[in-house]
Amino acid sequence: MAFLRAIFSHPSGRIGGTIVLVYLVIALLGVFGVTPHNPLQQFRIDRLHGPSMKYLMGTDLFGRDVASRLMTAIGQSFLVAFASVAIASIFGTILGLTAAWFGRLWDGLVMRIMDVLLAFPAILLALLIIAIAGPGSFTSIAAIAIVYTPIFTRVVRGPALSIKGREFVDAARTFGSSRRYILTRHLLLNLVAPLTVQVTLALAWSLLTEAGLSFLGLGTQPPAASLGLMLADSRNMMETAPWLLIFPAVAIMISILGFNLLGDALRDIFDPKTRSRPA
Amino acid sequence: MTYLAKRLLTFPLVMLGVSILVFVAIRMVPGDAITAMLGTEAGLLTPAQRQALAAYFGIDQPILVQYGHWLLGVFKGDLGISVIHGKPVLGIILERFPLTLELALLSMMIAILVGLPAGIFAATRTEKLSDLGVRIIAMIGQSTPNFVTGLLLIYALSAGFGILPTMGEFTPLTVDPLKNLGQMILPAITLGFAFAASVARISRSAMLDVLSEDYVRTARSRGAPKRWVIWRHALPNALIPVVTISGVEFGYLLGGAVLVEQIFALPGLGRLVLEAILQRDYALVQGCVLFIAFNFMVVNLLVDLAYVALDPRIRLGEGS
Repeated sequence: MAFLRAIFSHPSGRIGGTIVLVYLVIALLGVFGVTPHNPLQQFRIDRLHGPSMKYLMGTDLFGRDVASRLMTAIGQSFLVAFASVAIASIFGTILGLTAAWFGRLWDGLVMRIMDVLLAFPAILLALLIIAIAGPGSFTSIAAIAIVYTPIFTRVVRGPALSIKGREFVDAARTFGSSRRYILTRHLLLNLVAPLTVQVTLALAWSLLTEAGLSFLGLGTQPPAASLGLMLADSRNMMETAPWLLIFPAVAIMISILGFNLLGDALRDIFDPKTRSRPA
Repeated sequence: MTYLAKRLLTFPLVMLGVSILVFVAIRMVPGDAITAMLGTEAGLLTPAQRQALAAYFGIDQPILVQYGHWLLGVFKGDLGISVIHGKPVLGIILERFPLTLELALLSMMIAILVGLPAGIFAATRTEKLSDLGVRIIAMIGQSTPNFVTGLLLIYALSAGFGILPTMGEFTPLTVDPLKNLGQMILPAITLGFAFAASVARISRSAMLDVLSEDYVRTARSRGAPKRWVIWRHALPNALIPVVTISGVEFGYLLGGAVLVEQIFALPGLGRLVLEAILQRDYALVQGCVLFIAFNFMVVNLLVDLAYVALDPRIRLGEGS
């Protein structure tokens, strides 16, 4: 509760937190199909209908309700983003923790592999993975997860190394605490702050990448709706039906903005050095 | 060991790792290497032709020998032959690279010309309305995917002014500079917007950090004018993180802005990779990825070198 209060008393945290909460509700409604219309139903007589009371955000070329499609698209994008970031943060944390704890050969091996992965521009690595595994939602999740794992590994390893050398860890060891207890109880708990910040920013980045990949036709496949796909479809009709472009574009922007603002706020809250000065 | 020596030593090691990853990755494509190389055309081959091709490309050799051959070729500038284009991969890449380089340079110019002054301006007026304005715009810039900016830009121009970006054949800078710039300006602004946003954010926070340092306060208390302190004392130190961010972003852009090139129909490196992937031209994918990763690493290395040159503290190993 104190944590939530801290977020909502921070100016960017308040805006970012609210945006993220609203989006989470929309995403859940979208995933469970609670939308004004069936997102796949084609209202043939109302094709390319502008925004109205019946269709809040208009209809597309096939007469499908844009608002309903947008809701399922947000659900789909959030599913991919959350799944990929969950995978990346779990693997990254395990790799970073063990690299810091065991050191030597394991540390060297893990960190060199991460160096190699970081030597690729992120989108290129994602494209390479999709080139191998073929397009689709699951490949997108895997690709984004692989791209983001090295970043979590680095974020965890640095602080883990410094915590490992602290007295309370030595003390725990002399008391005979098990390795697993020390790793989870002492190291992991102290890493919650940097991890939370990283997860939030990773979600923003992951939404962006998912949208980009589906825009290129390499992510979510039609007829399923996704933000990138909706934008790709809007390209040839932006003059006759600008609502097809504007709504998904704004939806992507605000969702990423929300996570970025929240991430910034979390960084401020966790880092006392910058607390007095919002960046 | 100094930071610099360590950095220089690991460079070839990481590059070797990258080459192994690219080599192995392409061989993980479902189906055998001939199919991977020829794509759908492989289905037309007789078993004898298949075997002959395998022998010709050395695919019947053990994997390590294959890797050795391939790596040797890479060192000699031989990245293989593109099946779709029927030309050497390196030649195709070098044809597309100037556009990508030009676009990256233009975007960086826009980013620095807009982002740096905006960041400094905001830092010297903290908590005022103008600071808030810069921060909000920068935050939006950082949260808008490049391709969304591009689409909105095209829409705004066509709906508001009836202007459509020239989508015709691309004109290289060397052929007709004016026509070329006309085609490049919108994509450069698109990429420059997000880039400028991160430059503004970094320069603002770096400037704020520096302005709270003791030596700045000392200079101010000795009666040095504010403007002089900002330009003479604060800015040079605040520039260090700005150089880093700009360098890293530039490195990304050298890999080709896949989405923006796609939207503006520019035949750059990013679109080349995308086409290669969609057409399953694996030799080309492999060559492009290796080329881009190499550039990216070189730029990152140069950024680190610049960082060391600008901040003597790192040279002594304190910052690493």
